Formats: sequence, C-alpha cells, structure tokens
Amino acid sequence: MTLETTACLSAYMVLAYLGGAFAALLPLRSGLTRALTAGGAIAGAGAGIALAARVLIAGEPFALTVPALLTVGGGVALRLDGLGAFFLLLIGVVAAPAALYGVGYSAAYAGRYSLRWLGAMLNLFLLTMSLVVLADNVLTFLLTWEAMSLASYFLVMTEHERDDTVAAGGWYLAMTHVGLALILVAFVLLSPAGGGGGFADLRAAAATLSPALRGVVFVLAVLGFGSKAGLVPLHVWLPRAHPAAPSHVSALMSGAMVKLGVYGILRVALDLLGVGPAWWGALLIGLGAASALVGVLYALTEDDLKRLLAYSSVENVGLVFIGVGAGLLFASLGEPAAATLALAAALYHALNHGVFKALLFLGAGAVAHATGSRDMNRLGGLIGRLPWTAACFLVGALAIGGLPPFNGFVSEWLLFQSLLPAIGSGAPLVAPVMTLAVGALALTAGLAAAAFVKAFGITFLALPRSDEARAAHEAPVTMRVAMVVLAALCALLGLGAAFVLPVLGGLLAGHAGLPRVAPALTAGPLLLPPGGGASMSPSLLAIGLLLALAGAWLAVRVGAARGLRVGDTWGCGRIGQTARMEYTSTAYAEPLRRVFAELYRPTEDLTIDVHPESRYFVQSRTYRSEIVPWFERYVYAPLVRWVAAGAAHTRAIQSGSAHAYLAYLVVALLALLAISLAWSASL
Amino acid sequence: MLFSKIFRTGLVTEPLAGDDAAITVARELSARARRLLGRAVAIREVDAGSCNGCELEISGLTGPVYDSERFGIHFVASPRHADLLLVTGPVTRNMEVPLRKTWEATPEPKLVVAVGDCARTCGVFRGGYGVVGSVDRVVPVDVFVDGCPPGPAEILRGILTAVERGGRR
Amino acid sequence: MTGWAIEIAQAALVLALAPGLVGVVRWLKARLQSRRGAPPWQPYYELRKLFGKDVIVSSNASWLFRLAPYVVFASTAAAACLVPSLAVTRPLDAVGDLLVLVYLLLLGTVFLSLAGLDPGSAFGGMGSSREMTVAALAEPTVALAIFALALSAGSTNLGQIVGRTLADPAAALSPGHLLAFAALFVVMLAETGRLPVDNPATHLELTMIHEAMVLEYSGRYLALIEWAAALKLLVFFALLGNLFVPWGVAAVAAPAPLALALGSLLVKLAVIAVVVAVLETRVAKLRLFRVPELLSVSFVLALLAVTSSFLGR
Repeated sequence: MTLETTACLSAYMVLAYLGGAFAALLPLRSGLTRALTAGGAIAGAGAGIALAARVLIAGEPFALTVPALLTVGGGVALRLDGLGAFFLLLIGVVAAPAALYGVGYSAAYAGRYSLRWLGAMLNLFLLTMSLVVLADNVLTFLLTWEAMSLASYFLVMTEHERDDTVAAGGWYLAMTHVGLALILVAFVLLSPAGGGGGFADLRAAAATLSPALRGVVFVLAVLGFGSKAGLVPLHVWLPRAHPAAPSHVSALMSGAMVKLGVYGILRVALDLLGVGPAWWGALLIGLGAASALVGVLYALTEDDLKRLLAYSSVENVGLVFIGVGAGLLFASLGEPAAATLALAAALYHALNHGVFKALLFLGAGAVAHATGSRDMNRLGGLIGRLPWTAACFLVGALAIGGLPPFNGFVSEWLLFQSLLPAIGSGAPLVAPVMTLAVGALALTAGLAAAAFVKAFGITFLALPRSDEARAAHEAPVTMRVAMVVLAALCALLGLGAAFVLPVLGGLLAGHAGLPRVAPALTAGPLLLPPGGGASMSPSLLAIGLLLALAGAWLAVRVGAARGLRVGDTWGCGRIGQTARMEYTSTAYAEPLRRVFAELYRPTEDLTIDVHPESRYFVQSRTYRSEIVPWFERYVYAPLVRWVAAGAAHTRAIQSGSAHAYLAYLVVALLALLAISLAWSASL
Repeated sequence: MLFSKIFRTGLVTEPLAGDDAAITVARELSARARRLLGRAVAIREVDAGSCNGCELEISGLTGPVYDSERFGIHFVASPRHADLLLVTGPVTRNMEVPLRKTWEATPEPKLVVAVGDCARTCGVFRGGYGVVGSVDRVVPVDVFVDGCPPGPAEILRGILTAVERGGRR
Repeated sequence: MTGWAIEIAQAALVLALAPGLVGVVRWLKARLQSRRGAPPWQPYYELRKLFGKDVIVSSNASWLFRLAPYVVFASTAAAACLVPSLAVTRPLDAVGDLLVLVYLLLLGTVFLSLAGLDPGSAFGGMGSSREMTVAALAEPTVALAIFALALSAGSTNLGQIVGRTLADPAAALSPGHLLAFAALFVVMLAETGRLPVDNPATHLELTMIHEAMVLEYSGRYLALIEWAAALKLLVFFALLGNLFVPWGVAAVAAPAPLALALGSLLVKLAVIAVVVAVLETRVAKLRLFRVPELLSVSFVLALLAVTSSFLGR
C-alpha cells in the first residue's frame, strides 16, 4: 500500500509539472496561461511535499528503476531516502508560494516577454530540481542536474532586453558548466570500473578506493557542488544572476537551487564516500566561514535590494557549510552525537534559509513591481503604501537576522551549540579552528542583523525618496498570499522547532559516522543539544515575549496618560522636512565601511561643478564611491583574460578552408582507431 | 591625580541664595503641570537670538556650585523629552519660527521660562530691524526672570517657581 | 511552585531595581564632580513624570514607531528574567541560556534602530547606523566570552555556569574567567551606551549613539525605552556579578539563602556601579571610529579567554 501510494505521488508530481509545462504550449490568453502554468507548478509542489513527508514520516525509502528508458549507464533510477526527501520538501515548500506569486508578478511581462516560455521553463525547472534529489544513479543525476541548470538559465534570461541580464546569464552559464565538469570528473573517479553507475554501487566501491583518490573526489565534489551553492570563491555568478531573474525565480534559485549544492555534497561526502579524514570537515568549515564573512560584508554595502539578498544567500550558504563541515569533522573524530547535531543544525538552517530568503525575494519583487526600482536610495516610505509586503518583509528580515523567536535564530543557536563541544576537543588544531569559526559565526550574525535593518529600514520606513516610491501601490492578491504563507512558515518553523529537530535527527541516522538511532534532540518543548546542559525553547520564549508585550501594553493603558498628538519630525526647528534629509542606504553602511576599509578599499570620486561666474557658487556635486570586488578583479578577470587569449590562439585552427577540416577529420579518425586498438590490446 | 584633586575639593555645592525679586509669574500653573512636574523637570534651552550672556549664566546652572540637578532638573537635547523651555534673547526674525516649532514639538504639560531682559522687553535690541518682539509674542510664557544677565541663582529660582518648588530645597 | 514564585519575585525585583541602579551611577558621578546631585531615586520620579506626559508622534512615522518601545521593553524584560539574579535553579533556566539572552537584547536593539529610522530624521538614521555598527562588532566578543565560560562549565546554561564556579571556587580566579570578565566589561560599556563608547548625558546630537535614536520619543514611549535601557544596564551588571563572582546566589529555595542572595546582589551591583562611575569620570568619550579598536581589543581578550579556558581544563 505504502509503495503504491508513494509511486502514485511521484507519478502525480511528474505529471503535474509536465502538465504545467505543456499548458504553456496552448495558445491561451496571458491570464489563463499564467494561471495554468502556476497551477501545474503548485500541484507538482504539493505532490512533492506529500511524497517527501510520507518518506520522512514512514522512514522507508522509495525506489523506482526504469532501465528501459536510457539503456546506457543503467537507465533512469530514482530513489527517495530521508536525505533526498528533506530537500524535496524544501523544494516544494519554496516552489508553491513562488509559483502562486508568479501569477500576479509575471502579468507585468505580458506583451514584452514570452509568458508561455516563462511558465514552461518554471515547471521544467521545478521538475528537474525534484528529479535531482530523486536520482539514484550517475546518469540520471547528471542529466537532471544539467537540465536544471539549463532551465534556470532560461529563467534568468527572461528579461533579455536588459544588458545586465544578458551578462548575468553568461556568467551563470559558464560557471554552472564548470561545476558540471568538476562533478562529472568526481563521479567518474568514484564509479567502479566496468560496474553500473548506481549510487549503491558507488557506495560499495568507495570503500575500496585509496585515501588520496577519495580526497580528490571530495575536493572535486566540493568545488563542483560548491559553485552551485555559491561557496566562495565560486560565488560570483550569484550576485549577478539572482537579481537579474524575475523575483519568484530568484526566490526559487536562492531558496531551493543553491541548497541542491548542499545536497550534492552531503550525498557524495556523507552517503557515498562515508567517513573521511578530519581535513574534509575543516576544509568545509574554512570555506563556509569565508563565504559567510564575504557574503555579509558585501551585502552590507549594497544599494541594490536584490543584490543585497543575493550576497546574503552566499552568507547563509556559508553558515550551512560551517554546520556540514562541523558534522563531517565530528564524524571523523568519532563523536557521532555531536555530528548529528551539527548536521541537523545545518539542514535546519538550509530549510529556514529557503523559506525566509524566498520570502525576502518575493517582497523585494513586490517592491520592484510597485516602484520599478531596486535601488534602495530611491525607495522609502513604503510601509504605508505596501502594508502587507512591509509586514511580511519585516518578518523575513527579523528571521534572517537571527532574532528570537523566529526560525533563523533557532538554527543559529543550534549551530553555536554544535560548535561548542569542538572547542573542548583534544584533537590537534581543532580547537583553534573552531574558535575562529565561532567568532566568524557571531560576527556574521551581527553584521547580518545590521544589513537587514538597513534593507528593511531604508526601503520601507521614513519618507519616499523618489516619485516612483511615492506612487507605489500594494501588490496583487496572489503575491500577497504567497508572502503571507511564507511569513507564517517562518514563524511556525521557529516555534515548532521541537517537532522539526527529531525529524532531522531521524533522517540523518544510519549514515556513515552517525549513530544508527538518532540521539534525543528534544525533550517536550525544549531543544536539548546532546552532551551539554544547555537547552532552549523557542515556543516558550515566544509565549514569554508575548506575555511581556501584552503586560506592558495593558499596564501602560491603565497607568499612563493617553494624550497623543501628531506633529512634525523634530528637525531642530528647521522649516521643512524632505526626503533629502533622511539617511540613505550608502550612509547607513558608512561606519562599517570605514571599519572594514582594508577589505573594501573604497574609492571615492567627488566632482564639483561650479557656476561659470564664480567658483563660490556650486551648481552640482557628484559623489561616487565603489568598493573593490576582490574576486572579480583578482581571480576571475585574469582567468577570463587567459581563457580569451588561449581561445584567440586556437582560433587559428578555424581557417575556413574545407580541405583543412577534412584533413583534421582524417587525423582524428586515425588517432581514435590507434587509441582503441591500443586499449583493446591492453585489456 | 585627578581623583586626589576630587577628594581634596570635596562638595562645593552652595545652598540656593537670593530672593524672588527678579521673578515675575505671568500665568497660572495648570493643575496637571503642578501635579506632574514637581520633582523631575527636563529643560530644553532655546537661544532665540540672545547675545549669549544669559547662556553663560545658564551654563553655570549645571556646574558644581549651583547644581541644578539636585532639584531634579536636567537638560535635554530634544524638545520631545522636555517639560520646560528656557528661552533667552529678543526673538529675532530668523528664530521666530524655530522657537514656535520647538514649543509645538514639546508635549503637554509644558512650561516656558523666559530668561533675561531681552526676553521680556527686547532689552537694548528693542525696535531693531531683525527683532520680532518679546518671547511672549511668539509662545505663551509662564515665568519671566529679569536681569541682564540674571545670575544662575535667579534663573534657578525662576525655574523652581515655574514648577512651584520655590523655597523647597 | 516555589520555583515559579522565585521567578516572579526575581522579575519584579529587577524591574523595580533598574531605575535605581541608573540613579546610583548618576549620583556617584555627581559626587565625583564635587556636587550634590539628584538623589539615587530620581529616575523613579522621572519615569513617573514621563508616564504622565502626552505623546507626540511624527507624521512620517508608522505603526513600527509605536510598537517598538513595547518590543524593546518586552525583550529586555525577558532577558532580565533569564539572568540568575537570586537563585541558581529556576524553571526558566531551561527555556533560555546565555546565547538566548544576548540575542533577546539584540532583538531590542534592532527594533530601536528601526524606530530611529522611521520618522525620517537625519539624527535617527545616524543613531541607528552607529548603534547597529557597535552591536555587530560587539557580537564576536560576546560569543567568545560566552564560550570561554561554557568551556569550563560544560554548557552555556546560566544555572550551570553559576553552579560550576560555586562548586569550584578556584575557577573564579582562573585566567580564562578573568579575561572573559574583562572582555564582557568592555562589551557592557558598548552595549549599554556608557563612556568611553557613548556618553549617556550628552546633548550634542553628533556625539550620540543611543540617544539619537530616541530623540523623537516622548511620554510613555520614552518612559518604556528609558526603563528598558536601565534594565539592560542591570542585566549586564547582574551577569558580570553573578556569573563571575557567584557567591551569595541561593542554591536552595529557602528564605535565608534568598535574603542573602538579595543582599549579595545589591552589594555586587553597588561595587560595579562604583567602578563604572569612576571609569566614566576618568575617561573621555572615544571618537566613533576609534570604538572598533576598543572592541577589537575586547575581542582579543575574549580569544585569549577561550584559549586559557581550553588549556586550563
């Protein structure tokens, strides 16, 4: 019964997505196209959630093999175990509101860009993402991975009339294929000679590989999947592609797709390779801490709201990798309970980030939809004009800032608690590395709170800084419902942590280096990290905060004077108050920009135009300040130059002469024959 | 070394001396203000065009000798935090609107103490082209403190009279 | 049941005591300035007056401006309830540990910063920006100091940290504890807006950090915020006292130990108040862009604290 239900659910999911994609082929009115494609996506997402929930709760994996579909490489093999189910749940939870949001949001594209293409690609994107976590052999995995990348590329290129979108698409395409190449090599190295590419075979073969080879596979997997996840230094496509895409696509990419990079590393390192040496975990912690700091430091100085959110995704992925790295480190040091906690914290943070980052991107999209601008220096005063969006964005900002009692705080607390045992560990160099990781984690948390106070405060509060902001209107119903659903989820995932944590512990149990049965991570409403005495209860905290709030409000209502008058903002008696007197986004980040000036190396450019009659009368001042994009300038620009130089040299082969091309064919054919003869002779 | 100097100096606060001759009460204190402002008064000082002679005397109020804080008086930066406006100077044209705005930015119950001869009669600046008039032409005044400039003791007595704490130490 | 009674008594005590603590520090500073000063209970009069005053709200402000004082007060009060002021074992001990306490205070800071931006004044934006800078830079120090304490105590649970030092008095003098105390002392000055980071009595808007965010608040909202600031001061003083010098904290819920706990708490608060008052009289305020240097010194102290705790286990 269970197997048939899960098979039915998976079939239903695939069909729903395909249905949504095919609906785009029909020549319908834009409204109907939008509704049908979104409906297909929502139905598929719902089926995905149901399937994932079923596997997570029942605890037994679900498998399906169709060898006939692609005979090379073992055919299409699908299997959903606890780990995959978690990510499938994440995808569904982010996809349903995003698709609903897209109904209202993409109405603005009608007539300019193809809504049918957008709807079709959205459904295909969701389908391929879901199939990635279901894949159980190398061929299926790589095919679905590449299809997912292509679908997302087309989605990023939706607004292809803008130059920055085209450039962003180029970066994204290049880097995702670099990642694919690295993943491919990793899987090839991992596959047993002559055997099938099924993950079960890989798992068995991995135990027989030499430590050096396992290390190489691990590093390749980290680089390949890390580029998809946005791990420094392979993150540069993220701040370009995510802002360029339509907002619900950005939400899906930041919320779900980068998590598939995490899934890939977990699948390879935790599942296929098994327990490895300590440096694996340390490498991930180092890269994670670097990503977290780089992400948040660049997010702080951004004026473009969506780029700020994209850099913040880099930061949060860094935090997830700190947790994953800590988990792998503890597993290799032989502390399974601590490893479970660290990995559970990382997974929890991945889920939370998916939810609140999607919420924030949808909110930013509503703002862009209403005002036509993403530049925070041109926004402001939107809390009165877009009340629902503002309230939902506030929830998202509080969650991502790690403030109690929301979900972001719970996963950050768990991350801190999971790092604590390591500081007391006796293994060499572990304690200093972990201490610095804790410092980086805390600094990131503080700076993230500052960045999101800026993001919410400058965008929504005070007076509008431009006419577009003044004329803003609230988002349509579908967009609002989607945001409210995600905001409610943020609250629920925080308050219901005592329910979520055991599920995470359960799905991690049984993996290499982890206990067979998950340690008890909760006691009633309390979260209990194993091995310490610390505990926390977000639900009880929330109740306490609400009681304190209500108590204060009641006491004031009863005991204090009630007179209230509306007046002007106090400006030292100055005659007028305009939006020019408010703090801007650039100004807000200025103290931190000075503090971290060594990193940012800000350049300042001040041009003053004076009146031709006298230089004492200033007509205009232009101030321009830029920070150094270290990775783009010092890593990627030289790389691109070398590649371009190399390509220029090899272009000499393309002489245009048919005779030369025929000669190349003959030479290549002869070479292939020689190689195959030599190979078969050696076998 | 700083602390040895502090200990050698000891407390230098003097009891409030003088009389109320320079003080004129212009308006009756409201019951609400009387009830509320007896023990803690926040003052926002407004210089409505004065020569700063009164300001120099006012700055002596928070020093160790006159120590206005012992009466529960403290100075605040924002009129939103203030209960009492301490206004000096003949109100100049440029300061008329800011003075009015400061008064409007102060929440009820509020008081105004006008310090110095200029505040009541425009002093030596009366009739000047840049002067609007005395302070009570712009905002309602509760207490006038005469003098050019009045000493800190008189100013303090004026404030205490305004909150009806005259005589209480 | 007695546990909850103690919790309620503790909460009422800290709420009632907080303005008095601010008053004591002010009184001490006045005496050090060779003047009589207001009595130590002056802040109570000020709060009573503020609750009786009308409120003026800016026309640019939104619902966030009116909600923020309540959130600031509630989060600081919740943090104050988590501090082990009187007793070691309390029911709320399991609900939140030291990290939760720090993040609750950060919640208040964030809402106050947002409220500073809401009316659209330049001062509010400036105060908000500076406050978030200082808060963000103080976070790593706090986390590492907490971890230094947790290393020797075994966890970040407040009752456990207090209990560990009570059980092993020599640990209080260990280098890890002393360095963590120094680091947290600097963080306390930064977070509560005391000299040399921020002058609580300044009138110059360009030198303000905390004050600048509340320039628009009046009446009962201002009263809530001032009370919350006093509570924050009390929380930090009580943490510095009871985590590092825990003798006096009641291990059992009986009247005599609780009375002793109350007495020792008052003594510790008074001692720290004297130290802070003397320090504020001695030093001048640092330029804003020198504050990160001070905070990095405290970060190094915290790092050394973790290292010594680790080496001395």
